Amino acid sequence: MFNLLAPGNLFSAEAWADAWEIVLSEFPAAIWDTLWVTFLSTLFAFVIGLPLGILLACGDRDGIIPLPRWLKALLGFLINILRSVPFTILMIVVLPLSRAIVGTTVGTTASVVPLVVAAFPFVARVVESSVREVNPNLVEAAESMGATPFQIVVKVLIPESVPSLISNVALTLTNVLGYTAMSGAIGGDGLGRIAYNYGYIRYQSPVLLLSVLLLILLVQVIQSLGSFLSARFDRRLKRPVGGRRKKRAAAGE
Amino acid sequence: MIEIRNLSKTFSSENGETEVLKNISLTVRDGEIYGIIGASGAGKSTLVRCLNMLERPTAGAVFIDGEDVGALRGAALRLARKKAAMIFQDFNLLMQRTCLKNVCLPLELSGVGRAEAKKRAAELLDRVGLADKADAYPARLSGGQRQRVAIARALACDPKILLCDEPTSALDPQTAKAILKLIRDINRSTGITVVMITHQMSAAEEICDRVAILDGGAVAEEGSVDEVFSRPRSAAAKKLVFPELSESGGESGTKGSLIRAVFHGASATDSPLIATLAMEKHIAVSILSASVRNIGDKVYGNMLLSVPDRESAEETLRYLRSVPDVSAEEVTDNV
Repeated sequence: MFNLLAPGNLFSAEAWADAWEIVLSEFPAAIWDTLWVTFLSTLFAFVIGLPLGILLACGDRDGIIPLPRWLKALLGFLINILRSVPFTILMIVVLPLSRAIVGTTVGTTASVVPLVVAAFPFVARVVESSVREVNPNLVEAAESMGATPFQIVVKVLIPESVPSLISNVALTLTNVLGYTAMSGAIGGDGLGRIAYNYGYIRYQSPVLLLSVLLLILLVQVIQSLGSFLSARFDRRLKRPVGGRRKKRAAAGE
Repeated sequence: MIEIRNLSKTFSSENGETEVLKNISLTVRDGEIYGIIGASGAGKSTLVRCLNMLERPTAGAVFIDGEDVGALRGAALRLARKKAAMIFQDFNLLMQRTCLKNVCLPLELSGVGRAEAKKRAAELLDRVGLADKADAYPARLSGGQRQRVAIARALACDPKILLCDEPTSALDPQTAKAILKLIRDINRSTGITVVMITHQMSAAEEICDRVAILDGGAVAEEGSVDEVFSRPRSAAAKKLVFPELSESGGESGTKGSLIRAVFHGASATDSPLIATLAMEKHIAVSILSASVRNIGDKVYGNMLLSVPDRESAEETLRYLRSVPDVSAEEVTDNV
């Protein structure tokens, strides 16, 4: 049975030397694959999830895009179903879909399909909450200016929720990053696969440990970057974050 | 011209129906500043939102320049809304846009090109005295400055009507005065029709030509500012115009007659009224309450006087009426 602390695993100089070789030979490509798959999947998840989230937020009976009750209920129901299927099961269930869309069920590109299917319902929900946070008085003001529902979405709701949307992009990225590790089990390339193949199958604990540390580091970086950018683009703050202070000093304010 | 005809609005909720507006009929003339005054909960905000159909009336109609606004839908309604711009108590500026871009918004919505919109917006910011704040975000402006940006934004598409929903209620008195003056100046220079909702008598008195007093969802009184403010007829108007008088409560044992003197810009220096009454007419007048302001050397406001008997009341009235720009009437209750 696998044991991370088994003698000959974590406490052997030989094992660490082997691990270091694997790090040098396989990690660069793995990091690239992981990030590429994560970003690509998140992008597609937003392409599908953003409009859905906006529809959910604006589809109330007195909203700006009133949807038929049954349609809104159906959307919410489908999203909840997808959200409740565990990813390890979801990625097997959508194998036929992967084959239909990208022609294969293994490899990096194929793993994008289950990742998008898992992430877009999550994105729809977080976008919905971001959009609902926008002050409804701003929507009323735009209506009083004769804005169309589409203009209200594009000129008011999305721009006004940018800080919150940026936070949610970071949140989605870290979630998807976690999922990519699981998709390593069915042939998706990346850090997850290395951790699984070397660490679990071949009992090379140091490789497993290093992969995990790297994943932790990536999550930290993404999260910090997300928080920074979210604050940076939040114009509601009286004291701007980053970048602009210098410009203000130059403008003599 | 805005004509409101037999307008009613009922909100229904689980707790039953609430009639917010009851059979309201008003006419706002072109180019005037029309105040709609009422205590909170009188239905003012709902009424102004019925003018651009942000709220749909349950019954009745609104005609703007003869056009039935309630019958409009879709693009026609949006076009009508562009002709009746609105400003709000909480300004409602987009916080993620600079001031200049905020003013650009209505122009963008109307499909005006970027460069032209920016040029027009810069002119408008200059007009409201905020040219230097073009690139600042609203979060860094004071309340008064934000309302100025909102006014510039409202004027962007050359509206014929400016709807003001409590425009000065979130501002301190000095700033409020400056904003009212700006609205007045714009009204004078462009001839824009202004409908202003407020619960502050002072705001209405400051700039309105005519006012309607709203009480419990119905129009209690309507007329020119002078009329309503010097001789309020309805209880609601009296309460709003003479708040300190109604608070003083009851007859409080006053004997004799009560007289209300109203000053419409009487000269403050020529005639020491009360002293004259006492010394020349030998009437012992006591001032029960007074709410007067001096502007320059003119007096505006009103006083509630008490005189000992009917005879002296007659004489006091005669004397007060002989003074220019003062009117007086005997009142039977304390408001």
